[in-house]
Amino acid sequence: MAAIDETLDPRGAVLHDPTRSPAVELRDVTVVYPGGNVGLDGASAIIGRGEFAFLVGQTGCGKSTFIKLLLREMDPSRGKVLVAGRDITQLPRKKIPKLRRNIGVVFQDYKLLPNRTIYDNVAYTLKVIGASRSEIKSKVPEILRLVGLSTKLNSYPDELSGGEQQRVSLARAFVNHPPLLLADEPTGNLDPETSIGIMQLLYRMNRTGTTVIVATHDNEMVDRMRRRVIELHQGRVVRDEAAGMYTGRGL
Amino acid sequence: MRLFFFLREALRALRRNAAPSLAAVATVLITTLVLGVFIPVVRAATAKTNEVRNKIELEVFINDDASRAEVAELGNMIRDIRHVESTDFISKAEALRILKQRLGEKSSITEDLPGNPLPASYRIKLDDPQNADVVKSSLAPVGSNGEARPISPAIQEVKDREDDTEKILSATSTIKILLASLAGLLVLASVLLVANTIRLSIFARRREVEVMRLVGATNWFIRWPFVIEGLLVGFLGGAVAVALLWLVKVTVIDEWSDRFALIAAPETISFTLLVIVLLGAATAVSAVGSGITLRRFLRV
Repeated sequence: MAAIDETLDPRGAVLHDPTRSPAVELRDVTVVYPGGNVGLDGASAIIGRGEFAFLVGQTGCGKSTFIKLLLREMDPSRGKVLVAGRDITQLPRKKIPKLRRNIGVVFQDYKLLPNRTIYDNVAYTLKVIGASRSEIKSKVPEILRLVGLSTKLNSYPDELSGGEQQRVSLARAFVNHPPLLLADEPTGNLDPETSIGIMQLLYRMNRTGTTVIVATHDNEMVDRMRRRVIELHQGRVVRDEAAGMYTGRGL
Repeated sequence: MRLFFFLREALRALRRNAAPSLAAVATVLITTLVLGVFIPVVRAATAKTNEVRNKIELEVFINDDASRAEVAELGNMIRDIRHVESTDFISKAEALRILKQRLGEKSSITEDLPGNPLPASYRIKLDDPQNADVVKSSLAPVGSNGEARPISPAIQEVKDREDDTEKILSATSTIKILLASLAGLLVLASVLLVANTIRLSIFARRREVEVMRLVGATNWFIRWPFVIEGLLVGFLGGAVAVALLWLVKVTVIDEWSDRFALIAAPETISFTLLVIVLLGAATAVSAVGSGITLRRFLRV
């Protein structure tokens, strides 16, 4: 097992592969919610460009907070959040849309628009960022073919199975080939077999050079994929392994 | 292409949100109708009041036993008073003729009169109706005993039209206040209903807004469809109201205008200008309504 198990200094996160430049970095980030709940408590992590990383841990450990910080859906109480080398906590509000255009996101509940067809759901993203008509016409069928839904362009989301809906959501997140793809519990509502399909898609997207970060508590999936694992517990990074299992050694 | 995208999104929202949208359109419609009646009526009433006020401000009645010389001298004295623009002498015979004319068909009743009871008079036009009191006191200065003493023995009485104008003024101002408060309340209701429509629309489309935010839509890209939706509500309500007003104008007012002086008052606002004002007001009302909601519920 080629696991690198650091004794974790809360301040010093490690870039696992020195040949990669960092895509995402959290530096000693603390998030305290208005009610007093702690989302993250001095967490640090570096994820290199093109890496595939799992964020694992129990519900409430800070996985979703991690994802939301990267989208600048919230500001940390303390610490820095860097995306592509830039501290996004200092980003003016006006520049947030631009940040998000370079990040694809997938959620447990798909967040598809129920009254639009599959094609329109994916095209919507491109319309929102101001893509041309011809661009939309060429890119949407292409990405839907990639996720294996080219026969369901005119179906509506509720006519699809959960796995298919998550594929649409993946297509939407990836249609403009963002350098960073975030997935918050993408297989949370799916059976194991369907989940494998989704993970394979994420893996294929990662192979094109996109950095993929998946927050999950799907232990089977993590164990099967043998990818980098960052474990969070009560807002702290308690484990960071290069090719880890869902459960760390000795835990 | 952008504009079409926004328009399509706005129309889509209106269709899906039909009931509240319709309520908002109806309220804007009623508001515009009330404003459309209110503005010309107030304009006409104001014009009519001014007309009455400007007609004759003062009338000096002359004693029947005054000599010709006294009457002529009084005429010169009146012309010499400041603020008097012009003065007309109305003889007893003329006064009777004017009365007969006013009575119209019923003028025959004057034939039963023993002789001519009407006094001769000078009708005085002033440079400004405001100066009526000054001129009045020059004609009949108030003496030390508190009684008015006319400047000429020929003067029987000096009368102004204040009483009449006051009545008209108070009547029109009551109408103005009533209509204005009704219009004000309706404007408020329209603003709130448009605001509510947009709020419901935002609520109905919160998923869309969420997705738009996540994929990196700019704030104005998210706001525009809602703004257009609000403006459409206002414009629709305004346009229907203007169409109704036009119908009323053509079928009722234009037909009757030769019979009713008030409707035909020349100072009434022109219809084209009225249409522009009303559509502008309807659109402004809905813009305010949707603006309020966007500020409160769409912090993007």
